[in-house]
Amino acid sequence: MDPELLEIRRHLGSYPPFDDLSDEQLDRVVEQVEISYYRAGHQILTAGEAIEGLCYIRSGAVEVYRRTGDLFDRLGEGNIFGHYGLLRGRRVHYPAIAIEDTLIYHIPADRFDELCEQDAAFADFVELGRPRLDSSPERNTAREPDSNNLMATRIRKLVTRPPLIAEATETAREASLKLANEPTAALLVVDAESDDPRYTYTDAEGAAWQVRGILTDADFRERIIAEDRSNETPIGEIVRDHLIAVQSDETVQEAMLMMLRHNVHHLAVVHRRRPIGLVRLEDVVRFETQSSLYLIDNIFAQDHVQGLAALLPDVRRSAVRMIEEEADSRTIGTALSSIGRSFTRRLIELAEDSLGPPPVPYAFMCMGSMARGEQTLVTDQDNALVLDDSYSPDEHDSYFYALAKLVSDGLHECGYARCKGEIMATNPRWRQPLHVWQRYFTRWIDAPNPERLLHSNIFFDLDNVYGEERFVESLQEIVSNKAAESPAFLAAMARNALNRTPPLGFFRDFVMEKDGRQNNSINVKRRGTAPLTDLIRIHALACGSQAQNSFERLSDIAETQLLGPGVADRLSYALEVLSLTRLRHQAIDINEEREPDNNIEPENVPPKERAEIKAAFRALSDAQKFLRFRYPPPG
Amino acid sequence: MRANRGEKGWKGRAGDWQASLARRARASNSAELRDFYEAFPSDGEMPVGELPLVAIDLETSGLDPKRHAILSIGILPFTLGRIRLSERRHWVVRPRAGFSGETVVFHGITHTDTELAPEFQSVLPEILQAIRGRIPVVHYHPIEREFLDRAVRRSQGESFRFPVIDTMAIESRRYRHNWRSRLRAIIGRPPVSIRLNDSRIRYGLPPYEGHQAVLDALGTAELLQAQIAHHYSDSTPVGRLWV
Repeated sequence: MDPELLEIRRHLGSYPPFDDLSDEQLDRVVEQVEISYYRAGHQILTAGEAIEGLCYIRSGAVEVYRRTGDLFDRLGEGNIFGHYGLLRGRRVHYPAIAIEDTLIYHIPADRFDELCEQDAAFADFVELGRPRLDSSPERNTAREPDSNNLMATRIRKLVTRPPLIAEATETAREASLKLANEPTAALLVVDAESDDPRYTYTDAEGAAWQVRGILTDADFRERIIAEDRSNETPIGEIVRDHLIAVQSDETVQEAMLMMLRHNVHHLAVVHRRRPIGLVRLEDVVRFETQSSLYLIDNIFAQDHVQGLAALLPDVRRSAVRMIEEEADSRTIGTALSSIGRSFTRRLIELAEDSLGPPPVPYAFMCMGSMARGEQTLVTDQDNALVLDDSYSPDEHDSYFYALAKLVSDGLHECGYARCKGEIMATNPRWRQPLHVWQRYFTRWIDAPNPERLLHSNIFFDLDNVYGEERFVESLQEIVSNKAAESPAFLAAMARNALNRTPPLGFFRDFVMEKDGRQNNSINVKRRGTAPLTDLIRIHALACGSQAQNSFERLSDIAETQLLGPGVADRLSYALEVLSLTRLRHQAIDINEEREPDNNIEPENVPPKERAEIKAAFRALSDAQKFLRFRYPPPG
Repeated sequence: MRANRGEKGWKGRAGDWQASLARRARASNSAELRDFYEAFPSDGEMPVGELPLVAIDLETSGLDPKRHAILSIGILPFTLGRIRLSERRHWVVRPRAGFSGETVVFHGITHTDTELAPEFQSVLPEILQAIRGRIPVVHYHPIEREFLDRAVRRSQGESFRFPVIDTMAIESRRYRHNWRSRLRAIIGRPPVSIRLNDSRIRYGLPPYEGHQAVLDALGTAELLQAQIAHHYSDSTPVGRLWV
């Protein structure tokens, strides 16, 4: 590539879909770029006219309209437009107007066609307006959410810095000075290369060294002070000539076993023969305590609320780690929900310990995200008590109120805020015998009104946490049997699900609303995941699915004819994108020591994610429009 | 209406250019130069939007055409509607004399590059072919005009003159010769910069980093598109723009 065009190449190559092109493809694109300047207000594409190429915004801003005149999108630097027209007969579909002075790079239509043919990811991006869909079933089910991360994580993840290295000829005093500021409190002792090829490596200057062993704080105590040696002793004389090392791609578990086997607290991590770091037993233990399995064990080991509440930082660290290791949203959602349920169960056990055995059988059930297995780091409690029909309020309610209060207060301490809508077992309405619950559920479906629809949305994601499973099952059965047969109910739910709509996408550091307004941030739960799970719930109810998890519901829905071909996949993708976005931004909040929330700020969203989120919003918006037609009010 | 005063003046100049180009076509001893002059769109009444244009940028070893030499030439044919990168041309040439090397780092052209390069004389026919029938566009025309003139004198034994559109002169007219700039001078503020990248920024054009001839030619072509879109129109007679 000529150096003259590097500027253009660099710019194109940092925005999707060009960022994923091979160097050779990108060079070919750049070679053929055609450039035009448009003054603000100038029409760039006119509907119905022939379109010569894909438009890439090098600088400036452009608005794209639907033929109806509605704003379709507002685009800025690095965005593309014109691809819909290029894919459909090379005629302009959506007219485009420069809203600022704008420099456009045109990529000629033939080159565009060639890219679509040669590069599947490029084709997906321009056809679907988003990166390749990964809807393979393994992605959602392969990883066991509670599997011990020790099994899967490689030891090199625990290496944070190169090892401290000292030559065998250095004195104990010199070496201890080096160690003074070293957090691992250990260093590697090396010697000039010998005949023994083990652990021989070449450093950056080309000198060959052999690693003799690890020298730790303890060695100074035991071999210098305790044995009364001079601090001028060369460290080569005190180091144990037996290096315990682990290959960098071994698992954390293997490393831990090795330490236990050799009874050492330090391990050299090597890549082939080159040492890349030192890990301590403490590092491994700390890593393990952040795994969700360990957390759950630890939850059940606590005997009072304070102990449980003290685990909150561990919960957050464990979630942040899963997010950073790029687990999918379902894995994280399930893990966090399991943790949430464990807190709840343990609090119930502790409550029963202090209140005595329950006077009648009961089920403690959870609703909302915990029931769906979709919890994030920002979650409040939704719970209720279903009591045996032999329950008598006068005799038994004081017990169950006390139990509900202990659990609810405890959860609040553990980071699960009390529900603002009072959807908690502490509320007498939600502490009722089974037959009352059955009446509630039947009435909500038979005669929906705004308040009942709100309850349906919350209570129809339902799962048992503790106690009589059968109570909860009988309620789930009412929902799955009745809802599908009640068109009026489905129509009311559908209407209700349209109250919250997604924005159009992002424009620079703003969130773009459909009417063109711009906001600084967006609540991705309120405007994304919540309306999407509402919508999925309605289809799931319509097809009698008993699943609670939204992804499982979508695969049940995909088996039916409720949605067009591929729509369930598209919604699954949208849910994954929006959920991960929400989780990633909560991780950012925690890493920056802010209280995590559901807001995302566009400046924290890189270009690729923007394209994904925009596509997800569009999928949601399309699905909402369809909902209205699919479940029309009867008669 | 100060701009109009300049407008009255162009007719005389344009008339001069048309006559002078015709005279040069007749008088030249070089077939290539003759062809260049004959093909030149010399009618100053032609609307700029209909004319083929060509951005030219020279990288030189210094600013003095007597002492310094041309190191490279970048050429980019374009119109007000489109700049096609695939049509760009670039030559590195071997300086005859006076190559002090002081701008090597600036342009990224090394001695090795130039030692292996052809002399200006041998690429002149290709250059003339590449700009033939187009109105040249440059940023700060004295450099291109004087260096090309001197190089052609040296190789062909005759002078080389033709009209060019100078994007810096257009900026200068807008930002240096008006009441605002005089006001700035009175209150002691520095004049508005009319260097290429500074001018580009005023039109919302991205700054390009680097000083290769083709990149500067591209920067100049984009700047002219922007200037015409803001201050003139496609139907502006080219004679009002060239110098």
